Amino acid sequence: MLESNIPSGPIEEKWERSRFEMKLVNPANRRKHTVIIVGSGLAGASAAASLGQQGYNVHCFCFQDSPRRAHSIAAQGGINAAKNYRNDGDSIHRLFYDTVKGGDFRSREANVFRLAQISVNIIDQCVAQGVPFAREYGGLLDTRSFGGVQVSRTFYARGQTGQQLLLGAYQALEEQIAAGGVKMHTRSEMLDLVVVNGRARGVVTRDLLTGAIESFAADVVVLATGGYGNVFYLSTNAKGCNTTAIWRAHRRGAFFGNPCFTQIHPTCIPVSNENQSKLTLMSESLRNDGRVWVPKKKGDTRPATQIPEVERDYYLERRYPSFGNLVPRDVASRNAKEVCDEGRGVGPGGMGVYLDFADAIRRMGESVVREKYGNLFDMYEEITGENAYKVPMRIYPAVHYTMGGLWVDYQLMSTIPGLFVAGEANFSDHGANRLGASALMQGLADGYFILPYTIPNYIASNALEKVDTSHPEFVAVKEEVNRRIARLIGIQGQRTVDSFHKELGKLVWENCGMARSAEGLRSNLERIPALREEFWNNLKIIGTGEELNQSLEKAGRVADFLELAELMCLDALEREESCGGHFRVESQTPDGEALRDDERFSFVSAWEWKGEGDQWELHREPLAFEHVHLTQRSYK
Amino acid sequence: MNLTLKVWRQQDSKSAGKFVTYQVQGVTPDMSFLEMMDLLNENLQAKGEAPVAFEHDCREGICGMCGFLINGVAHGGHRGTTVCQLSMRFFKDGDSLTLEPWRAKAFPVLRDLAVDRSAFDRIIQAGGFISAPTGVAPDARAILVPKVDADRAMDAAACIGCGACVAACPNAAAMLFTAAKITHLNSLPQGQPQRYQRTADMVAAMSDELFGSCTNHGECEAVCPKKIPIEFIGRMNRDLIHATLRRRGE
Repeated sequence: MLESNIPSGPIEEKWERSRFEMKLVNPANRRKHTVIIVGSGLAGASAAASLGQQGYNVHCFCFQDSPRRAHSIAAQGGINAAKNYRNDGDSIHRLFYDTVKGGDFRSREANVFRLAQISVNIIDQCVAQGVPFAREYGGLLDTRSFGGVQVSRTFYARGQTGQQLLLGAYQALEEQIAAGGVKMHTRSEMLDLVVVNGRARGVVTRDLLTGAIESFAADVVVLATGGYGNVFYLSTNAKGCNTTAIWRAHRRGAFFGNPCFTQIHPTCIPVSNENQSKLTLMSESLRNDGRVWVPKKKGDTRPATQIPEVERDYYLERRYPSFGNLVPRDVASRNAKEVCDEGRGVGPGGMGVYLDFADAIRRMGESVVREKYGNLFDMYEEITGENAYKVPMRIYPAVHYTMGGLWVDYQLMSTIPGLFVAGEANFSDHGANRLGASALMQGLADGYFILPYTIPNYIASNALEKVDTSHPEFVAVKEEVNRRIARLIGIQGQRTVDSFHKELGKLVWENCGMARSAEGLRSNLERIPALREEFWNNLKIIGTGEELNQSLEKAGRVADFLELAELMCLDALEREESCGGHFRVESQTPDGEALRDDERFSFVSAWEWKGEGDQWELHREPLAFEHVHLTQRSYK
Repeated sequence: MNLTLKVWRQQDSKSAGKFVTYQVQGVTPDMSFLEMMDLLNENLQAKGEAPVAFEHDCREGICGMCGFLINGVAHGGHRGTTVCQLSMRFFKDGDSLTLEPWRAKAFPVLRDLAVDRSAFDRIIQAGGFISAPTGVAPDARAILVPKVDADRAMDAAACIGCGACVAACPNAAAMLFTAAKITHLNSLPQGQPQRYQRTADMVAAMSDELFGSCTNHGECEAVCPKKIPIEFIGRMNRDLIHATLRRRGE
């Protein structure tokens, strides 16, 4: 049933060959075909601009006030590309290899190879658009190295690479809007997908200002709506990030791939208070010079500077002598959790570890440290009020990215024909762990260079009957959306949306976060449905559906998180192995490292929704590794 | 700490608005300003009152969605800080704060502290781009950009489009916003072919959207969370003069 549609032939030629085999749409006919794109981040904006340029009738939707707000904007570090400008041994093949290995062998080889090939074109395209990448004095592009790879292939624009790439795509999109190729619908949230005769044919949206429920019909629907990290309530995601678009599509028949694969980033500012709404990421580059430690003694409340050297435990250096503080994200995160669980965490609540620059300052001098990391130290002080030149920073892991998402084939099409999924919203390229500076690469690869081929191919290969919003299916879905909103408002219970969201977040974080056990997951599988039950009986929303109502917006999203969270736990329970960001305590090596089980779990989990109250059905897409040799990762 | 908030409440763009006073108790110094607002909203909802609408998304100072006036100052007046990153550490027990939305004809109030900034998108549509349709672009290294130009372009491109510059300007001018985009694109070799057309078109769009003109108050630079310098307005005006003369010559 699951057909990944990977083209035959040598891996280097698959994409080239499949592009040649794709059918084309005559330029004069493109205007007659409508493409709906939901989301205006890197993947959505780049796809909308590119398809608009080709001449399709594009409708693009975002819930924010402008497409420029999408959360791609917050990515700091950079974007990988196998340009090999440094002559340091990089190549398409090496980027491919690093990505498959970094993903702990749970991604599709053919997709990752294509991603590495396209990475080269992305940089060219973005430079042509005027993205102000960092330059050297000779005028050439600068690059840096990033998280656990041995080459310098990351292009960057100060600490705002995501912002600049997004603005590049946004500007191309605005140009198309002005030219009439794209109609932009801002402050418009997709609340359901319309499937007619087995094909995705449109969406139902809510105008967030007026509350009007509207329908839009199309030949193709693209979801580029980002990740679902906010299921944890606290994450580095923007507050508006949500799963609603992909979850509604899941309920309409799109399989959900690897829902339990989430990335927890090790260097974030710890939670400081009960009202905290969001976690702030500190660039991973800090681990190049900072040393991570906690006191050896439990419950040691002395200030860091008064704890003598012999009473400190530099646990990463102790456990991983060869990689030390530079172990991959998942390993660093898990170790921080372990020492805090032992009662050796620091700061208020004991949920933090030190990242200490005292040695670096002694070695290089404060001015050099300031030059390298000044903006990060400033940001840290802004938020915590502490001067990290004098006292060590406190950090703790936080949810950052979701590798899981809607299952797609090689063409980025979901199990619903005509529904394409791009960027973080799909499950495709990162396996069980994403490497740094690869999210931007994937979003733009999907939007600029893959969908503009695969969508025309779909349109040209299928005789799509004319469908408009008067079709009974559109009327029925719109009615369902209206009923759901009325139901949410009608509960009139006692608790606010945020209180439910926080409670859900804690459950998922405790039992489906950095370490997962069968016991904890089973307990969640009972507690989450109970919480959902309470939500639908005790939620309180002030106001109506016919106005700007931010509580109502949140309620719809949290209702979907309450369903997704259950599937995440189910998936995590099913996968009785540890891989990448998914650590099952039952599956570890004698010295406590993640233990993969390739015999039993070398597959993609693709979950099928079977209806309200029924159990999901698991489908498996087997993964074959022909070009990368399967190895157990070791950083000792 | 306990605070008194005088908050602008307005049902929608057609209704009249007014200030309503609220007390917020139990604010801690490690909260952000918006977390304090979350607390206010939780309390309001518990009492059955509508929460205060305000815009926000990333809460890390980069998406540009948040912003309102605190005691008359955009983003609260801490240099280089958006209101989402403003820490409650800077306030003290008993403080009385007045919160109101951006005030500008081009930014109609939508509800409470939320305004419509779509005029900014339309200024970008007029020319805030380099036409480079997706396809086979020349190799990225084929275009050399002197570091000083690349750095200036980046300084200008750092604008987050929050609208504080407009809110702070006595003329409600969008000059800093527009100049930032023009400086970004006009500083780069890729931006040269459309340079003067872009400048003329974006400035015209700015006027069409009912933004005022610059009279060198410098309030915009003072409140800009990305510290975009007012010098860029000078650059924009220079290119505008050039664009006007070229047009006359044609």
